[in-house]
Amino acid sequence: MTPQPKAVEPRDLTASEGFQEALAVAAREAEAVDREARFPSAAVDALRAAGALGWGVPREYGGAGAQISDLSNATFELSRRCAATAMIFAMHQIQVACISRHLAGSLWFENYLPRLVREQRLIASATSEVGTGGDLRKSIAAIQPATDSSGDLLQFEKKASTISYGAHADDLLTTLRCGPNAGPGDQVLVLTHLSEMETKQVSDWDTLGMRGTCSPGFVVRATCLPGQVLPVSFSTIAAETMVPCSHILWAHVWLGLASDAVMRAQNFVREQARQNPGTTPPSALRLSELSAHMAQFRATVQTGLNEYVSLLNAEGRSTFSTIGYAVRINNLKIAASEAVVEACQGALRVCGVMGYKNGGPYSVGRHLRDAHSAALMIANDRLHATNAALLLVHREGK
Amino acid sequence: MKDVIRKIVKDHSGVALPLAEIKDSTDLYRAGMTSYASVVLMIALENEFGLEFPDGMLNRDVFENIDSIANAIESVLQVEK
Repeated sequence: MTPQPKAVEPRDLTASEGFQEALAVAAREAEAVDREARFPSAAVDALRAAGALGWGVPREYGGAGAQISDLSNATFELSRRCAATAMIFAMHQIQVACISRHLAGSLWFENYLPRLVREQRLIASATSEVGTGGDLRKSIAAIQPATDSSGDLLQFEKKASTISYGAHADDLLTTLRCGPNAGPGDQVLVLTHLSEMETKQVSDWDTLGMRGTCSPGFVVRATCLPGQVLPVSFSTIAAETMVPCSHILWAHVWLGLASDAVMRAQNFVREQARQNPGTTPPSALRLSELSAHMAQFRATVQTGLNEYVSLLNAEGRSTFSTIGYAVRINNLKIAASEAVVEACQGALRVCGVMGYKNGGPYSVGRHLRDAHSAALMIANDRLHATNAALLLVHREGK
Repeated sequence: MKDVIRKIVKDHSGVALPLAEIKDSTDLYRAGMTSYASVVLMIALENEFGLEFPDGMLNRDVFENIDSIANAIESVLQVEK
C-alpha cells in the first residue's frame, strides 16, 4: 500500500524531501537500470511515495496542481540522475495533462483523477500502431460496440508498436478511431486499466539507450464504458496539449541528460587542472565550447516553455492550432534532440578514454547512448517533412 | 463563391466525397482531410482568390468547412479593399 502523500505547494515540489529521496534513488539505480535494461522500479516507487505521480492533477481533483514549468523542472532534475526515469515521469505527466485539460466535465474522469492521486497510478500511452508508419495522428484500430454484450459497452484491439513501461504501468491511454466507420485521422483517447485488459507483448526491448523505459510492442485488447473515452477529439488534445507538452518535457529530459554529461566533463577538466596548477589544460578549450553550446540549448528550451505558458489562457489557446505554432513547437523538438547528442559527444571529447569507459565519475557512454534516442522519438525527418509542408504557407517571422 | 471553394476542396483536400455531398458545413477534417492536404488547399485558395491568408488565420478552425473558409476569404478581401 502506498503511503498517503502529503499536500505540498507546487513551488516546493522539487525541494520536498520525498522528491529529493527519489532523485537519490534514481542516481543510485541509473547504471544498473541501463545495464540490465530494467524498469527503474525503486525510483518510480520513490516518486510514488513523494506523491509525484499526482503533481500534474489539478487541486480540485486532489492533485498538487503543478504547472508545466514545475513539471519541467522536476523532469530536468530527474534526468540529471537517470534519463530513463525522467522520461517515464515526463510521459506520465503528459498523459495526466491530456486528461486534466480535456475531460470536459466527464464524470468518469472526474472520479478517475482523485483515484490516480490516491493510488499513485502510473499511466502509459499507446499512440503508436503497426501500419501507420509512426504517424501520431492516424489510427487503424477503432473503438466499437462490444460484440458479446447487450449493454452499451465498447471494445477495441490495437497492435501498438511500442508502449513505454507498458508492463509496469497501471493504466493505458490509447488513441483509436472514434468508430468503425471513422477516417484514420478521426481519433479519440480511451483510458483503460491494464489489470482489466488482455495484453500480449510481441517484441522485446534491448536497445542502444533509454533501456530503462522498457518499451516493447504489445497487442492490447479491452472492453470499457463509453465514459472512458475522453469527450474531446484527439486532434484538439494533440494540438493543445499532447504535442506541446511532449516536446517541452522531452526537451527537459534531454537538457538534464546533457547537463550531467557536461558536468562530468567540467569535473574532469577541473581534476586535470588540479594536477598541473598554473596551466590551463588543453581540454578546457573544448569545455568552453560546450558551455556556449549549453547556453544556446538552455535558451531554446526555455523559450519553448515560456511561449507555451504565455499562451495557456483562453485567448492564447487558439494559437496552439495555428500553423506558426506547429512549426515552432516542432522546431523545439528538432533543435533540442540534436543539441543533446552534440553536448554528450562534446563531453566525451573532453573526458577522453575516461569518458569512454563504462562506470566511474567521468563516464558518459550511457548519456551518449540515451541521447541518440531523442532524434527517433517522433522521427526528426517526419517533423522536417511536416514543417516543410507547413512552411509553404506559413511566413517565418510574421 | 462557395461553389468555387467547393470545387477547390474537392480537388485538393483529399476528401473522398462526391461534390454534391460536400455541404457548406461538412467537417473536412472528419471527412479525411490531413493537415498536409489542408496546406495544399490553402495554397490553391490563395491562388484562386489572389490573396494571402495572414498567419493568425492559418489554423484548424478556419479550414474546417466551406462556410468557415468563405468567411475567412471574405474578411481577407475586405481588409485588402
